[in-house]
Amino acid sequence: MTSETDRESMDYDVVIVGGGPAGLSAAIRLKQLDADLSVVVLEKGSEIGAHILSGAVLDPSGLDALIPDWKERGAPIKVPVREDNFYLLGAAGKLRLPNWPMPPLMNNHGNYIVSMGNVCRWMAAQAEELGVEIFPGMSCSQIVWEGDRVAGVIAGEFGREADGSIGASYEPGMELRGKYVLLAEGVRGSLTKEVMAKFDLSKGHEPQKFGLGMKEIWQIDPAKHREGTVTHTMGWPLGSNAGGGSFIYHFEDNQVLIGFVVHLNYKNPYLYPYMEFQRFKHHPLVAELLKGGKRVAYGARAISEGGWQSIPKLTAPGVAILGCSAGLVNVPRIKGNHNAMLSGKAAAEAAQAAIAAGREGDELVAYEADLRSGPIAADLKKVRNVKPLWSRLGLPGVALGGLDMWVANLTGWNPFGTWKHGKNDAQATGEAKDYAPITYPRPDGVLSFDRLTNVSFSFTNHEESQPCHLKLKDPAVPIAYTLPKHAEPAQRYCPAGVYEVLEGPDGPRFQINFQNCVHCKTCDIKDPAQNINWTTPQGGDGPNYPNM
Amino acid sequence: MKLLVPVKRVIDYNVKVRVRGDGSGVDLDNVKMSMNPFDEIAVEEAIRLKEKGVASEIVVVSVGVKQAAETLRTALAMGADRAILITAAEDAAMDIEPLAVAKLLAAVVAAEAPGLVIAGKQAIDNDMNATGQMLAALLGWGQATFASAVAIEGGQAVVTREIDGGLQTVKVTLPAVITADLRLNEPRYASLPNIMKAKKKPLEEKTAADYGVDVAPRLTVVATEEPAGRKAGVKVGSVDELIAKLKNEAGVL
Repeated sequence: MTSETDRESMDYDVVIVGGGPAGLSAAIRLKQLDADLSVVVLEKGSEIGAHILSGAVLDPSGLDALIPDWKERGAPIKVPVREDNFYLLGAAGKLRLPNWPMPPLMNNHGNYIVSMGNVCRWMAAQAEELGVEIFPGMSCSQIVWEGDRVAGVIAGEFGREADGSIGASYEPGMELRGKYVLLAEGVRGSLTKEVMAKFDLSKGHEPQKFGLGMKEIWQIDPAKHREGTVTHTMGWPLGSNAGGGSFIYHFEDNQVLIGFVVHLNYKNPYLYPYMEFQRFKHHPLVAELLKGGKRVAYGARAISEGGWQSIPKLTAPGVAILGCSAGLVNVPRIKGNHNAMLSGKAAAEAAQAAIAAGREGDELVAYEADLRSGPIAADLKKVRNVKPLWSRLGLPGVALGGLDMWVANLTGWNPFGTWKHGKNDAQATGEAKDYAPITYPRPDGVLSFDRLTNVSFSFTNHEESQPCHLKLKDPAVPIAYTLPKHAEPAQRYCPAGVYEVLEGPDGPRFQINFQNCVHCKTCDIKDPAQNINWTTPQGGDGPNYPNM
Repeated sequence: MKLLVPVKRVIDYNVKVRVRGDGSGVDLDNVKMSMNPFDEIAVEEAIRLKEKGVASEIVVVSVGVKQAAETLRTALAMGADRAILITAAEDAAMDIEPLAVAKLLAAVVAAEAPGLVIAGKQAIDNDMNATGQMLAALLGWGQATFASAVAIEGGQAVVTREIDGGLQTVKVTLPAVITADLRLNEPRYASLPNIMKAKKKPLEEKTAADYGVDVAPRLTVVATEEPAGRKAGVKVGSVDELIAKLKNEAGVL
């Protein structure tokens, strides 16, 4: 039988964790700069794109900088935005907001409706053509430390039994060592979290803020489909319970991408984000569009929303943090993919220059400098007050945020200075005694669906005989503390129904159905006791998103 | 003894299969594809026979689109020695029918002269369950299908088959064709070091034309439809009502 000590090791110039827009951009840029560099990308999804979930309206500026001839190279970026709508919803009615008060940066002219999963599949092909080695289905479960330096990762461990012991088909995985390790795990990456804690990288920065994004792909009646139409809404059904809103994008082939975002700093622990999304689809504006259509896919993923103030220190010896692991989403523009790509490019340029100068394992300070003064800073700085104003003042705050953006846009100066976010999302959760439970209408099975049925449309699978990858720091906490104090919100915030409180003869019991996990990371973020630690399951497990 | 294992690239078993909007077939756009699970079992069995010293070399072969090379690489990473890719279609939506596949495999058998072919019992996409049997017929070899245990004794294969109501053990003289059932074994993981090494193993590229086999479909697909959704049940108030419904509505009494 193989054991952990039989682990093989391999040296690379750069090891990249995560095959999303940030990681793939870094890989492509490294090989563009120096074809002789050895670059490896490790992806936990069963294939590139399998764990990518994004709206998405893509601002092509990131890709323009990386692969200027992306059009000629057949990138799946083919649906230009033709129409931008913004509605404030009431329970039955809607108020169309005119486009003129919208700060110009929110205009989607020149942007494209895409499936980011498919864009990543195409980027992976570009990277492989350049000689990047890409290994999907390989979870990076540990950092390889060399003193205080990140020297690599351990990837591709398979075959542990449910109790953690080594099974008959155990594969110890492999140590991949790099002169630099780039962490591009997406929002709330598990290795990123470890590195951030070790070097206290959030010190002196605001806490990261998050949203939970849920998305369905619908095949609709061709008569109602208007390719290139982008609609965003705010207001109903969330009202004053939480910040958030929806997107409705008319994509190709009569598909509509419909999504709903709930800011995770909501207070009422009875709020049920998934049910808010389902309820939203019954608004006449949406119900009319979807009637006669068919939901073909479902998924969910946390979104970083902290913006400029929340970007942590991005480097430590031997390692840099990219894309949404760093939190580069522009909240009012509802976009982050362009910044993810630009951060990948910047990190690659810094790493290549360092390696060319004979350095390794130090801090890529040039990357951080580029990010804080270059195009990403220009994109994020102007909009830095929208999210904190929204969180504190609700919808009027959004209007103030708009004013702040307008002035910043015209003068380069934000009249409101820099607002703080305050508490993190877990701390923001209120106590059950202060709130009334919310009753949600039952899904009708036509427009709205129960959670487990929808999860089956994320094509999620986890090998059952492995240790649960959702680790409780203290297994007693959910029932002893979180349930009485916060009505255990995990039952509701998880968009995949992983967490249940079951009544048994000996009282309530906390159950984790890790097989359903769609890797959104919301539990790791929102658990008021911060008792749930999301770790990687076996490689290849999790959702298998086709066109998300 | 050399072993030949045919493998097919199919829609992944986790994916909910969806009929295209125009009903022309199953939607394969950006859908995850992987090795037919029964073929994985066949590859695993071949590797175990090699580990036992019964087999000396494992050749895997796939017939289909050029992306089937990925499927072959997976088999090589598991432990096969070399691969043959026979490109026979441009578009994954074109399913090569079992007879054409069997003819191509027979041509590969003629060139490679394996002592045993181990195939999956069927592919999970079209569920034909025919290729292995057709291959045995074309070669004039013995066959043992639905294998749940395989032992090689002298010049014979002793194969346990899962049949209705029990197990049947048959002996076939080698060379022969065996098709693998679900409980034959549990395939191993393709480990990262082995995936890296598999990139360097030989993969020979051929086309159907190289073997002079016509792969044009002989069957016409008339329609592809999704199964009707299940209707919600009803509660009946009494036994009489139930009987009435069974008689008048369901028409089963």
